[in-house]
Amino acid sequence: MAGKSFFLNDREQAYSGSRGALLLDVLRDDLGLTGTKDGCREGDCGTCVVLLGESQPDGICYRTVNSCLLPMGDVNGRHVVTIEGLNQPDLSPVQQALLDEGAIQCGFCTPGLVISLTGFLLGGALISEADGIAALGGNICRCTGHVAIRRAIARLCEQFRDLEPTEGKPSSERIAALVAAKVLPPYFLDVPKRLRNLTEAASTQVPGRAGEARSSIPVGGGTDLFVTQADKLRDAELTFLSQRADLQGIRLKGDVCCIGAATPLSAIEASPIIRRMLPDLGRHFSRIASQPIRNRATLAGNIVNASPAGDLSVMLLALNASAVLARRDRQRTVLLRDFFRGYKVLDLAADEIIVEIRFPIPEADTHFNFEKVGRREYLDIAGASSAIRLRVQDARIVEAHVAAGSVAPIPLYLRNTSAFLQGKPISATTAREAAAIAAGEISPMSDVRGSAEYRRALLPRLILAHFLTLFPERVREEELV
Amino acid sequence: MKHDDTLLHVRGTARYVRDIPVPQGTLYAAPVPSPIAHGKIKRLDTSAAAAHDGVVAVLTARDIPGQNQIGNIIQDEPLLAAGEVDYAGQPLALIVAESMAAARGARPLIEIEIESLPPTLDPRQAFARGEIIGVPRTFALGDVDQAWSRCHVVVNGRADSGGQEHVYLETQSALAVRQDHGGVKVYSATQSPTVVQRTIARVLGLAMHQVEVDVPRLGGAFGGKEDQATAWAALAALASFRLGRPVKLTLNRHEDVGWTGKRHPYSSDYKIGLTEDGKILAYEVTFYQNAGASADLSPAILERTLFHATNSYFIPHVRATAASCRTNLPPFTAFRGFGGPQAMFVLEAAITQAAAALHVPAAEIQRKNLLRQGDELPYGMGLETDSLVRSWDELDKRHDLKACRARVAAFNRSHALTKKGLAVMPVCFGISFTTTHLNQAVSLVHVYTDGSVGISTAAVEMGQGVHRKIRRVAARTLGIGLDRIRMESTNTSRVANTSPTAASSGADLNGQATRLACLQILERLRQAIAADRGCLVEQIHIDREEVLRGHERLDLSWEELIAWAYARRVPLSAYAGYATPGIHFDKVKEKGRPFAYHAVGTAVVEATVDGLRGVPRIDSVKIVHDVGQSLDPATDRGQIEGGLMQGIGWMTCEELVYSPEGKIQTDSLATYKVPDIGATPEVTVHFLEDAPQQVGILGAKTVGEPPLMYGIGAYFAILDALRAFRPELPLIIQAPMTAERTFRALRP
Repeated sequence: MAGKSFFLNDREQAYSGSRGALLLDVLRDDLGLTGTKDGCREGDCGTCVVLLGESQPDGICYRTVNSCLLPMGDVNGRHVVTIEGLNQPDLSPVQQALLDEGAIQCGFCTPGLVISLTGFLLGGALISEADGIAALGGNICRCTGHVAIRRAIARLCEQFRDLEPTEGKPSSERIAALVAAKVLPPYFLDVPKRLRNLTEAASTQVPGRAGEARSSIPVGGGTDLFVTQADKLRDAELTFLSQRADLQGIRLKGDVCCIGAATPLSAIEASPIIRRMLPDLGRHFSRIASQPIRNRATLAGNIVNASPAGDLSVMLLALNASAVLARRDRQRTVLLRDFFRGYKVLDLAADEIIVEIRFPIPEADTHFNFEKVGRREYLDIAGASSAIRLRVQDARIVEAHVAAGSVAPIPLYLRNTSAFLQGKPISATTAREAAAIAAGEISPMSDVRGSAEYRRALLPRLILAHFLTLFPERVREEELV
Repeated sequence: MKHDDTLLHVRGTARYVRDIPVPQGTLYAAPVPSPIAHGKIKRLDTSAAAAHDGVVAVLTARDIPGQNQIGNIIQDEPLLAAGEVDYAGQPLALIVAESMAAARGARPLIEIEIESLPPTLDPRQAFARGEIIGVPRTFALGDVDQAWSRCHVVVNGRADSGGQEHVYLETQSALAVRQDHGGVKVYSATQSPTVVQRTIARVLGLAMHQVEVDVPRLGGAFGGKEDQATAWAALAALASFRLGRPVKLTLNRHEDVGWTGKRHPYSSDYKIGLTEDGKILAYEVTFYQNAGASADLSPAILERTLFHATNSYFIPHVRATAASCRTNLPPFTAFRGFGGPQAMFVLEAAITQAAAALHVPAAEIQRKNLLRQGDELPYGMGLETDSLVRSWDELDKRHDLKACRARVAAFNRSHALTKKGLAVMPVCFGISFTTTHLNQAVSLVHVYTDGSVGISTAAVEMGQGVHRKIRRVAARTLGIGLDRIRMESTNTSRVANTSPTAASSGADLNGQATRLACLQILERLRQAIAADRGCLVEQIHIDREEVLRGHERLDLSWEELIAWAYARRVPLSAYAGYATPGIHFDKVKEKGRPFAYHAVGTAVVEATVDGLRGVPRIDSVKIVHDVGQSLDPATDRGQIEGGLMQGIGWMTCEELVYSPEGKIQTDSLATYKVPDIGATPEVTVHFLEDAPQQVGILGAKTVGEPPLMYGIGAYFAILDALRAFRPELPLIIQAPMTAERTFRALRP
């Protein structure tokens, strides 16, 4: 294989080590860039966050990622920006805001904050405090309790509120604006061209096609694999699915929505197609991991990980989704509710991968909701969760799909509950009866995130919550007490 | 801002121990933990691990040249287990290899046979079995036994509070480099450089002057590196000493959370009696402290629990008893508040229960019984400030507590599935190490010939801003700009016999010592100028880097003065010591004056409980706190906000879970959840005005620990909301109030 390289801050960086090595270790141990910190190695603290820039036709798109979970194979041909790459002679407005608002105590989380806030400004949306706070959902600061950090966000939002939204416009416009505002050093302006040259020279890698014998381990975003198996994967043969263009993207085919298996969660969340179909999905996605994780985690990765708590699996079950599985010579489609067979057991052959997820496009009379309870509202794994998709005509349910997470060995499609709801009127009585049926369908166990009894009692409440959230005009609080 | 650590932090250039470029030939060390909580070691075979690729040596207790002992207060803790293991995670051996991966990779090759013994995890069980560290202690005031009969209402109950993981973001780390003289230099992420130095000397059989400990800065500590950094530094030093090469030891997050000590869980029994009009007459409490497997700092923490048994209230008849109970968990240790929060939690529970019995809001009882200036505390010291009552009243004035309560009640009437709750939390926290002799510090100040100043003290910078405060003290004392002053690393060769940077005392003690050292230099300079100009020393002053005779400017800048003084052979370095005056404590009588002063304030916490999903949320916290004349308002505000959030975390989402076998189940940030930015309530902080402070440095009061205890209000605000759903709900006093506990409280 040809020598590989990537852009690291303002220069090209050759790399000849293992593809399964983690960016964090390469930065700190091999390159001596210690501004990026090692805090937990599982994407739960944000001290290691860097910006990962990817060439797109209209410029480079930068996203925050956890370098502790990012294999070097996925860095190839991209632009990595660490805190060292944001430093300029004067402090950037982001750095200044953190400093002025007293948002820095021990400093260990600070480089990660600077990166995440810079990533926030790099995003194309209209600048809002809520988005700023969401951008820091993966950054833990133990010293300040985030109070001063919120002040810094408010200040930045005030400072940049006139930054024009660039959605649908080339990302280069926002980058130019941020260079002018000294958020980014000027070298960012040259990176697209330099990176294009680099990518063209280095594009010798032909990732495996769907259907190749799977002698190597397929890696999606790696945000789960590298939490549990980093040591094993360091020197393993890996196939990086997220680099395969044929596994990316969201499109509509007739009355079906098709999402490429390696599409990152953040791309799904941001997709105008999805937003039109499921306007609240962004809010529900905010409950899944953190922004840096969602920037890497892929759709299929989240499913094949087969966690009974998998938020996305639960949502997709309620969307009545199917998985398209591919091997060398053939494809097959399996309903997701049949795909999960037992604890971490899937209807997936050793040489198969998921290439696409499909679900029926929600009709205008569709109502979708997701509920999740954990120890913490954000960046936590569910104690119990549930998703529901209802079609309602004349206050009567004509189609229902309900699923639940963390209450069975698998992400569970609630068959009986779904069947029961068919044809029922929207009412508190229906909600209560559905909740009771759901309670009979689950088999929770006790673990560190909750006892079996708690989960058994909680899940029915989440069914009630669906109705209260979706139909406040027909189901009143008092009826559910 | 120049020379301020925050400037390095914001650019990512600040080096923590693990960021220091390692010397050539550095080896990496991985401890081998005990897999079980209690047992007898039958066999420990390290040969296969030693033969593993890249492994240089595997060290066990036999390789320790000095004493296998790292106990600080009580010598009851081996560095490497020998004979018996007392907790899961206890180090049994140390694998030293060419890389960290090789060292960790060889771990499964260690062959261990341990005869399992039943573990004790519950402090009450340990107490019943006589597993007590030291002796139980009792603080008393008045005659509690006689007082009960005069009470209109007496309630009793049991209160439990869980442990708390520090989650300092920088995990434990040390780099040891053997020196040519046979000693070692150790870069250690510790709050207690001298404890590390003394312990390494003991373990290696060296004199203390052969061991140099250097602390660049800490990435958070909160007490978790006061005693708990020692083992890792000593292990690195042992390996470097034996193998002659530099050795780095860094715990990863799982190892750190799994093996190191945390805030003590407590289980307590209380009984409180009040008059009909809500005056607290009597309070009796017994604290069972879960100390873990060895003493660590538990006896000192237990003592502070007793000091704060009555928190902010005057209670004429008190008996508080506490026992440190030995269990088979990793030794619990210091955590911001140091036993104080656990005590205050119990009393708030008692007051809440009594208020329910009297059918009055808890705040009425709290306000009625607040300590006033001159009131005696059970340990013999009186409260010397009126700031506590003033902080409550100021809070009331600013936020109208009655109106808050009415607003909450109105909300609750109009919401069936969501209820709000309120709690007021006053805090009165004693400032000083309760171990009196630790209340000393020295400072070394150099003025270089270009007028720049370098200061070394015992204070370790860990984000609390102690270095910024000390620089302020030096700048004000010398009459020069802040930018001329830089703080050096904390180093035992420059400043010896350091007290830990703990007990909220870092700025007070080291600031005072620095002030004295600066005064020495200033005095020498003034004398030299006076002699030169033929005037009285009293006439000479330095202000804003200029020399003044009376009001006359002498046209002599600081830089010129220093160059001139050096040429005149005026010594430009000074070393000064400070000891907090007037403090003492008699441990036989359990009476004395243990604290230089009390830090006080009051907070009101508002919470919402989602009754459908059973999820609590803290909405807002409003605080009035007495910082005296703040040396650095931004730093103090940050300490208050950050301490508060740690307290809220301890009371709500942070839960340690252990298996029945004594193994931690929450050993990662995926399972142990601290408050994140999404959980941040609206926080307002107001510094109490007109709060003169005689004892603290330059009129300032310290602010490190006290605000954490405002977080206790979060528990009682949630409880208040829960009782709005169902007033007849039994009072559950078991912290943390997690989502699961909240849910179960609603649907018992």
